[in-house]
Amino acid sequence: MASGVKPRVKVPKTAAAGDAITIKSLISHKMESGQRKDKEGNLIPRSIINRFTVEFNGQSVLDMAMEPAISTNPYVQFEALVPEAGDFVFTWYDDDGSVYDTTKSIAIG
Amino acid sequence: MEFSRRETLALGLGAAVVTVMPFSVNAAADDVIATFTGGADMADTGIELTAPEIAENGNTVPVAVSAPGASAIILIATGNPTPGVAQFNFGPLAASQSASTRIRLAGTQDIVAIAQMADGSFAKASATVKVTIGGCGG
Repeated sequence: MASGVKPRVKVPKTAAAGDAITIKSLISHKMESGQRKDKEGNLIPRSIINRFTVEFNGQSVLDMAMEPAISTNPYVQFEALVPEAGDFVFTWYDDDGSVYDTTKSIAIG
Repeated sequence: MEFSRRETLALGLGAAVVTVMPFSVNAAADDVIATFTGGADMADTGIELTAPEIAENGNTVPVAVSAPGASAIILIATGNPTPGVAQFNFGPLAASQSASTRIRLAGTQDIVAIAQMADGSFAKASATVKVTIGGCGG
């Protein structure tokens, strides 16, 4: 599934050094569980995002393994520390080998 | 059709067994827990699992886990065809060992969260969610 996948992430534009910020992330993906059947009664093969990682300036914030029980359009909310200005890199790994990523910069202010 | 005293007793016993069965955590969920903890004991405190008591739609049930000092948390839906839901591994820049997401539940069931603490111990929390419409297709 490489069509219509769009990552969306909400990160504040600025933060004080050492602050904890809340990040909300969402990626549009149908997360086909492998349990559903089509009209002819055949199983629809599993196609999900199986891993989601967040890094800040190369240091890990969150590494999440996902199973088919995660809802369509996986949404994750978590908190991160901002020791300095830099970039958050968000990466999603698809079952079909595709990798989707997005970067958000944050300034100290 | 007449029932003898013996048959009636056997029927009653069978019915009792059938009613008790659904409340035991299924074997697949136990396997997932054993793989994560390695059979270690689990404390009841130190982890918080927030889930709605009643979910109208099993396709998107909001859940939140929080375990201060944890290095990893797994989330298990004991009544799903595949009980594993997610595993969160927190890095050094995680401000708090908490996260929330939305999950699918096949029906009314217990969900379990287990945290692995930085010192290697485990903590467990569970919650029962009543699901009106299941979320696993069919």
